[in-house]
Amino acid sequence: MTKTDEAQVVLRLSSITKRFGKLTANDAISFDLAKGEVIALLGENGAGKTTLMNILFGHYTADEGEVEVFGQRLPPSQPKAALQAGVGMVHQHFTLADNMTVLENIVLGTEPLWRMGFGRSAARRRILALVEDYGLRVDPDATVGSLTVGERQRVEILKALYRDARILILDEPTAVLTPQETEDLFATMRKAVAHGLSVIFISHKLHEVTAISSRVVVLRHGKLVAEARTADLDRHQLAQMMVGAEVPPPAVREAAPGEVLVALEGVSTPDRGAAPGLKSANMALRGGQIIGMAGVSGNGQAALADLIGGLIAPASGRLRLKDGVPSDWSPRAALAAGIARIPEDRHKTGTIADFDLTENAVLELYAKPPFSRRGWMDWGAARDFTQKVIERYDVRCPGAETRIRLLSGGNMQKLILGRVLETAPDVVLANQPVRGLDIGALTYVHEQLLAARDRGAAVLLISEDLDEITALSDVIHVISEGRLSPAFGRGELTTAELGVWMAGHGFEGETHAA
Amino acid sequence: MRLEPVANPTLLRTVGLPALALFGTVVAASLLAMIAGAQPFSVLGLIVKGAFGSKFAALETLNRATPLIFTGLAVAVAFRAQLWNIGAEAQLYVGAVVTVVLGTGALAWPAFALLPTIAVAAMLAGAVVLLVPTFLKTRFGVDEVVTTLLLNFVVLLWVSMLLEGALKDPMGLGWPKSARLIAEARLPRMVEGLRLHWGLGLALISALVVWVIQRRTTLGYEMRAVGLNKEAARFAGIPVNTVLIKTALLSGGLAALAGFSEVAGLKGSLTLDISPGFGYTGIIVAMLALLNPLGVVVAALFVAGIFVGADSMSRAAGVPTYLADIMLALALLMMVLAIMLTKFRVRRD
Amino acid sequence: MEIIDILISASFWTAAIRIASPLIFAALGELVCERAGVLNLGIEGIMVVGAFAGWMAVYLGGGLWLGVAVAMASGMLFGLLHGTLTVPFGLSQHVVGLGITLLATSLTYYCYRLALPEVTSPPKIEAFQPFEIPLLSDIPLVGPALFSQTPLTYLAFVLVIVVTVVLYRTPLGLALRAAGENPAAVEAQGLSVTAIRMGAVMVGSGLMAVGGAFLTMSAFNSFFFEMVNGRGWICIALVVFGSWRPGKTLLGAVLFAAFDALQIRVQQTSLGADIPYQIFLMAPYILSILALVIMSRRAQVPAALMVPFNKGER
Repeated sequence: MTKTDEAQVVLRLSSITKRFGKLTANDAISFDLAKGEVIALLGENGAGKTTLMNILFGHYTADEGEVEVFGQRLPPSQPKAALQAGVGMVHQHFTLADNMTVLENIVLGTEPLWRMGFGRSAARRRILALVEDYGLRVDPDATVGSLTVGERQRVEILKALYRDARILILDEPTAVLTPQETEDLFATMRKAVAHGLSVIFISHKLHEVTAISSRVVVLRHGKLVAEARTADLDRHQLAQMMVGAEVPPPAVREAAPGEVLVALEGVSTPDRGAAPGLKSANMALRGGQIIGMAGVSGNGQAALADLIGGLIAPASGRLRLKDGVPSDWSPRAALAAGIARIPEDRHKTGTIADFDLTENAVLELYAKPPFSRRGWMDWGAARDFTQKVIERYDVRCPGAETRIRLLSGGNMQKLILGRVLETAPDVVLANQPVRGLDIGALTYVHEQLLAARDRGAAVLLISEDLDEITALSDVIHVISEGRLSPAFGRGELTTAELGVWMAGHGFEGETHAA
Repeated sequence: MRLEPVANPTLLRTVGLPALALFGTVVAASLLAMIAGAQPFSVLGLIVKGAFGSKFAALETLNRATPLIFTGLAVAVAFRAQLWNIGAEAQLYVGAVVTVVLGTGALAWPAFALLPTIAVAAMLAGAVVLLVPTFLKTRFGVDEVVTTLLLNFVVLLWVSMLLEGALKDPMGLGWPKSARLIAEARLPRMVEGLRLHWGLGLALISALVVWVIQRRTTLGYEMRAVGLNKEAARFAGIPVNTVLIKTALLSGGLAALAGFSEVAGLKGSLTLDISPGFGYTGIIVAMLALLNPLGVVVAALFVAGIFVGADSMSRAAGVPTYLADIMLALALLMMVLAIMLTKFRVRRD
Repeated sequence: MEIIDILISASFWTAAIRIASPLIFAALGELVCERAGVLNLGIEGIMVVGAFAGWMAVYLGGGLWLGVAVAMASGMLFGLLHGTLTVPFGLSQHVVGLGITLLATSLTYYCYRLALPEVTSPPKIEAFQPFEIPLLSDIPLVGPALFSQTPLTYLAFVLVIVVTVVLYRTPLGLALRAAGENPAAVEAQGLSVTAIRMGAVMVGSGLMAVGGAFLTMSAFNSFFFEMVNGRGWICIALVVFGSWRPGKTLLGAVLFAAFDALQIRVQQTSLGADIPYQIFLMAPYILSILALVIMSRRAQVPAALMVPFNKGER
C-alpha cells in the first residue's frame, strides 16, 4: 500500500465492512485520499464501489470500520454530517426534484428550515460565480425537469460546490455523457483539483481512469485488490486487476446481411415530457446484423424501444415489417411478429418482483398454448418451460418457485434472455442489456446476442456505452434528440466522430432547430 | 431506522407477529372496556361467548358473516389488481335494489328460474356501478379511491329517494321501506329448521370460484400481474385496462351479491339500514385475509364474531358497541404492520 | 329568476363562506400531507375526532380557543399514528388511511357514549360568534360575506396565506415540496425525509381536525354522529381540483360551498318543490367527481405521492 503523507490526508476509510444478508458488499476496505488528488475507484459492476461511497456519504451504515474526514470521525449514517464535513457526492441516479428550479435544488437544505424566506439573489450570485469558476454552464432559474442529462449532472456538481465541498465523489459520472461532455467534466475536475479539492472518481472505463486519475483503487467482489499510482500501470494490468483475469473482447466474425425485417420510414412519435420522441426516423433492421444505437441517454432511445417493442405506434410515418405495415401495433402484435424484447429496466418492466420464476418466464407467452387453453392456465407446461430456460441459460436460482426479486441482476437478465430467445425470434430488441451486470453475466449476454445474430436474427442494440456499441455492432446509428443518423459501417467512424454526432451535430435540418 | 428484507423468515416471525397483532388488539380492547367500567379480563370471554357460545349466537354470526364474505371477496379481488374499490357499499345497495325490483312480483317465475335471474341481474348492476370509476381511472386517470367513496354517498341517497318514491311499499306506514319479496324470490334455508339461508352457501361457493379464477385461469394470472406491476404487465402485452375492467365487473358483481343475499335471504325487503357498513368492513375482511379468497371466509367469520360478540358483550358489561369497530380498526392497522414486519426487519442506524 | 335573487343576496354568500371554512382547513391539511408525498385518507375520521375533541373541551369548561387547540392536538395525535405507519414503516397509505378513519371515528363515538351515556340529544355549547370587522363589513355583498364571519373563518383564510408563504417562500417549504417530488433529493442534501414527512402529516392532520372542530364550534354548537358526512373525501377531491396549490384549493372550496349553499336555497323555491331533496344532496358529491375528471388532465401530481421512501434502499 502506498503511504500518503499524513498531513495531506483529507479522507481516511478504515476497514469498512458492509454485509447485505449473506453478501459481503465491502470487506474490510481501507484507503486514504490526499488533498488535491483524484483517486479512481475502479471495479466492475457489483464490486462494491457504490456501496462504499454510500457508506462514506452516510446513506448506508457500515457494519464495521469508520470514516475520518480531516481527522474527524464521521458519525455513521448521517448524510448531513458528511455534507458538513465537506463531502459532496454526485449520485449515479440524480437526486433532484424535477418540479423545482436549479437554484431551489441547490439551496435545498443549506439554510435553517425555520426561517422566513431564503436569499434568492445572494444564492443566484454565488451559483453564477461557481458556474464561471468551474465551467458548469446551467441557468439557475431553469426548472430541473426541462434540463438535459448533462445539465442535470452539472447541477449535482454545483450542489456540492455550493456547500463548499472539499471532497467530491463522482459515481459513474461519464455513463450518461457524450465523449465531449466527458472532456468538459474532466476539465471541471481539474479545476476543482486546482482549487484544492480532492476527488474520488468511480468508473469501470479504463481509458477514463488513466486520463484523469493520479491513483487507482481497485475493488473486486467487495475486496480491495489493488492500490497504485496510475502512472505505474497500463490498461492491460488495470483490466486484469479489475476482473481477475483479462477478458478478451468478443470475437466478432463478419456476417452477411440478410433481408430487411423491420424498417422505419419517416417515423415520428410524440415527445413525453422532457424525453423527445422520434423525429422522422429512418432505419432498416436486417437479419444477421447487430445494429448499434449510440447516443446519450434521454435522446429518444425510449421512444425507439417502445415503438419497436409495440408500446407506442408511429404518430406519422410507417413501421414496416417483413409482411408489410401492421394495422394494429401493440406488444402482442410485436411478439407475434417475432420481435423479442429485452427491456431497459429489468426490475420495473422486465419482471414482476413478487412473481416466481415460472410466472415471470411465461409473462409474454401465457395467453397461448401450451401455457393456457381457453382461459385455463397449464402451470405444468409453464414449469417445464421455466426449467428448460433455467438449464439452457444458466440461471442460478434455488428453484423455479423462487420469487424473482431474490435473484441477482445477472440471473434475472438471463431469465429474460431465455424467455425471449427460446421463441427463436426474427428480431431482438436489446435495450441496455448489460447495464449493471458483472463481467460474467455481461459476457454471457453479449455471446447470446451474437449467437442470435449468427442464427440470422436482426439485433437492435441500444446502449449508452459507446465501447459496447463499437465492439459488437455491424452497423451503427447515432440517436440525438429523437433524430437518427445515417447507418455507419463497422469502423467507419472514430469515437470522436461518433461523439460529434452524439452531441447533435451533422443531422439533416440541424440549422432549423428540431 | 430503516427496513431490510428478510430472506428466509422464521416460522416464529411469520406466525408470531400476526398473532401478536391480534393479542395487541385484545389487550387494547380490554383496556378500553376497563375505562368503560367493565372487568378487563372478562371482555374477551364475553365476546367469544356472545359470538359462538350458543346455537343462536353461532347462527347469528354466520348470518352476519355472509354479506362480509361477499364484500370481502369483492375487495380482495379488486385490491389484488390494485383497483382500489372502496365502493362495495354502493354496489351492495344497487344489488339490493335490483333484487327488490325483480323480486316483488315483476317477474312471476318459479324460484329455480327467478333466483338465478335476480342474482345475475344484481351482479350486472353492481358491476356497472364500479365500472364508472374504473372507466374514469383507465380513461382519465382519476383516482378511484375518491370516486368510489363519493359514489357511496350518491347511491345511498338514490336508494333513499327510491324508498320514498318508486319502491315505497304501498302498504307501508311512513317508514321508507320497500314491499316484501314474493315467496319465489326468497332464498331457501340451507338446513330445515335453522335460521340460515342459502346466501351463505352462495358465499362459500363464490369464495371457491374466486380462488379457482385467481389460481388457475389466465384472467387470474393477468389480474395478479397487473396488481403487482402495471408497467411490466403492459410491456409483456397484458391488456391492462381490459383486465381492470374485468376485475371491476367481478368485484362489483360480488359486492352486489351481498345486497341480493341480504334482501332475498335475510330481510325480505329493502330498507336504508340493511347494511351497517358491510362494504367498508369488507375492506378489513379482505386485508385480514391477505386478499386470499379462502382466507376471506375465515376473516369474515372472525369479523362477524367480533360484531355479534361485542353486541352481546356490550349489553352484558355496559360497554358501548363501538368497541367492535375500534377492535377491527386496531386489528387492521396492527395486522398490516405485523405482515410487513414478517418480510422486513427494522434496523437502527 | 329565483336563482338570480339568491345569487345576489348577501345571506347566500355569507352561508357559502361559512360552508367553505371547514373545507378550507381540512383541504389545506390534506394538501400539506400530499405535498410531502403522503396521501392521508384518515381525513374523514380525523375531522370527526377534531369536531368531538374541540366541542368536548369547551363543554367541559375550556375556552373556545382552548377547544381549537385541543382539536388540533387530537388531530396531530392521529397524524402521528398515520405518519409512523406510512412513513418509516412505509405501509400502504390507502389501507392505513382508511384504518385511521375507522379508528378515529369509532373511538370518538365510543368516547362520546362514555362521556354522555344517558343523553338523547347532545348538549350545546356557546360557539364562536360572528365578528364584524369595522368598516369592511359595511361593504355591500362582500362585507357580510367576508367580514362578518366567526374568527375561525378568518383564521381559515389567513392560513391559506400562511401555507402559501411557507410552501413557496421558505426553506421549510422547499424541503417539503422536494420530499413530495423526489425524497432522494432531500436525503442527499442532509435533511431527513422521515422527519419532514412526519411533520407534514402531523400538522396536516391537525388542520383537518380544526376543520372538523369548525363544525361543532362555529357552524353549529353541538356534536352529532355522521356530522362530517363525507366532507373529508370531498376535501381530497378539492386538493386535486386545486392542483395541489393552496390558492386554487381555496377557490375550489368556495365554489363548492357556493354550490352547496345554492342547492339548499333552491330546494326551498318552487323549482325545488318538484324535485326529490336527495337529488340536491347528491349534487355536491357528483360535482366533486366531475371536478376530478375535468382537472385530471392538467393536474401536477407530486411525483412521489404515495411512494414510500426507505433510506438506503438498494
